Amino acid sequence: MMEKTIALAGNPNTGKSTLFNALTGLSQHTGNWAGKTVTMAAGHFEYQGQAYRIIDLPGTYSLYSNSTDEEVARNYIILEQPDVTVVVLDATSLERNLNLALQVMEMTNRVVLCINLIDEAMRLGVRIDVAKLQERLGVPVATISARKKIGIDGLLEKVGQVASGQLIPEPAPIVYSREIEEKIKMLEPHVVRLLGNRFPPRWVALRLLDGDTDLISTLKSPAGAPAAEAGEVMQLGNASCH
Amino acid sequence: MGTPLATEKPDSLDALYAMAQRLANGESIRDEIVGDIYRATHSICHEAVKYEDKKRLEQTYRLDRIVTSPIWGFPIMLAILGVVFWLTIAGANVPSSMLASFFGVIEDYLTAGFQAVHAPDWLYGVLVLGLYRGTSWVVSVMLPPMAIFFPIFALLENFGYLPRVAFNMDRLFKSSGGHGKQALTMSMGFGCNAAAILSTRIIESPRERMIAILTNNFVPCNGRWPTLILLASLFMAAGVASQYTTLVTALVLMGMVLIGIVVTLAVSWILSKTALRGVPTHYTLELPPFRKPQILKTVLLASKDKSLSVLNRAIIVAAPAGVITWILGNITVGDASILAHMASFFDPFAHALGLDGYIIMAFLLGLPANEIVLPILLMGYLSSGAMVDLESTANIKNIFLAHGWTWLTALNMMLFSLLHYPCGTTLFTIYKETKSVKWTVLSAAIPLCIAIAVTYATTQIAYAFGWV
Repeated sequence: MMEKTIALAGNPNTGKSTLFNALTGLSQHTGNWAGKTVTMAAGHFEYQGQAYRIIDLPGTYSLYSNSTDEEVARNYIILEQPDVTVVVLDATSLERNLNLALQVMEMTNRVVLCINLIDEAMRLGVRIDVAKLQERLGVPVATISARKKIGIDGLLEKVGQVASGQLIPEPAPIVYSREIEEKIKMLEPHVVRLLGNRFPPRWVALRLLDGDTDLISTLKSPAGAPAAEAGEVMQLGNASCH
Repeated sequence: MGTPLATEKPDSLDALYAMAQRLANGESIRDEIVGDIYRATHSICHEAVKYEDKKRLEQTYRLDRIVTSPIWGFPIMLAILGVVFWLTIAGANVPSSMLASFFGVIEDYLTAGFQAVHAPDWLYGVLVLGLYRGTSWVVSVMLPPMAIFFPIFALLENFGYLPRVAFNMDRLFKSSGGHGKQALTMSMGFGCNAAAILSTRIIESPRERMIAILTNNFVPCNGRWPTLILLASLFMAAGVASQYTTLVTALVLMGMVLIGIVVTLAVSWILSKTALRGVPTHYTLELPPFRKPQILKTVLLASKDKSLSVLNRAIIVAAPAGVITWILGNITVGDASILAHMASFFDPFAHALGLDGYIIMAFLLGLPANEIVLPILLMGYLSSGAMVDLESTANIKNIFLAHGWTWLTALNMMLFSLLHYPCGTTLFTIYKETKSVKWTVLSAAIPLCIAIAVTYATTQIAYAFGWV
């Protein structure tokens, strides 16, 4: 059976690397501070007979390619098009974390939200209505504690459903102001005509309106060559340094 | 404006981009986009998240009011640093001498074994005096401090203290013209400069990122801690009453770190006024909640990933270096060994810096990794005739003394180690990240010039005042 690819996205310091380690059994360096992982690490694991390759993306607050780490994360999702993108969220500051989730949901519909640190949130008296979130967002939501390895099975269940196509999430789009929406509508058909459906047309139109020149050069480089990105991925943990 | 655009048919990405820009009317819509996203998340969370007790959430940040306070922030930082050093030095002494005497006993057996089979002298020299002594020395001197220092550092990191350090340092970096996040990448440099260079990716502005890259070397990394810790404990507390030696050693190490930070700030300031002019950009620094680290796991991981791998690198290089330095030190050309010839070539220059030719050679040969500088130096000394039994760290001091070391030599070697060029791995990383030979060369040249200037000044001042 073909190996499926999972990308882990999320704000810095939400426990992506901890989840990565819990799933792969590797020991990618973890630390309680924002910006610890700036390169991508890759690992492998198997769940219910399905083989997965999992990529730990750098943690970022947005995907507008302000800095190299944001660009690395964004290009991976857009060019490599992983089978599932798991957005890891910190349960104790969900509102801020959701900003990134919404941005990812504009880029791909194959998204699973993974609310981490749920034990911490419970302790602090934060109650999260998962059913409500799923209904509003249109994507599956799982709650876990990566450190205590709670809820991992539930997460993988949902990841498996999305990866196999058994479940096709329909993310609720962000509705922008009428003015922006009109401009998006004017650009969208041209995006489809020039690029086909390889990239989400609504998202590309929005990036063009935002004046994202980096994206143009990325899309122009040999059909958005994914090979250049592959070199960024460190195989099996962090062997680069002492 | 709608009509002409509606009929337009851009035939390339560039044309499409131009069309989009005309639609955007030259205005930035980023703020609007971000605003709409924030409104969406706010409305979602309003429905789906309930807070039982807002006060309990805020409690997590009570500690922050102390550790990042304008008054207590810096004293607490220095105190923590001091305690970490104190624990390292006090804790490493006993296991170090235990390991050294253990290896000494084994050496006696090896010697007896070689004599029993009538092995030729050169073979005994290469294998026992070169290879075995070199590697066992590295293990006994470097392992204990690393086994204590790295796990403690990792615990602090997982607890969440590093962002607080960055927060405290932020004001200093801002006034030096760098980026506040430079404090974070600098903190990372205490572990490994190469990893820290990668971490500068979190700095958005290329100008500020370059400053962070060029100055990262001035904080001591894994490879340099053992050198600093050992020399400080051997030489810096010599005239002090014995109950205070550990304390004084810890203070000297803190002084080294402070010098490194001052140089970092000064060089950042000069760069931001000259080659890398510009205004600091804004950023938000997140202070994550403090989390109780998983103590056992953190300690084990730090021991495996850091302590053992640093030691491993040191041994891999130290073993062949032990053989090579022994050979160079025992083949004589004319009246002295090859090694002595090489060392005396550097001697005049080295003496001006308060060092000697062997030290300069050790730094040159140590370019691939800082952790091998001290082993190379020691093996250089050992093979140059001064046969000293290595059964305790006190005897290691005798080797240095036999080669004319004073406290000034030790201080200069510490300063040179702190300030000189980054290791080969780091330089390679800088080249990969900047894609520029010019900046890579500068990132080695600037620190080297500073190291030479500082050690020269220290030496001349010490001589002038007749301190040595």
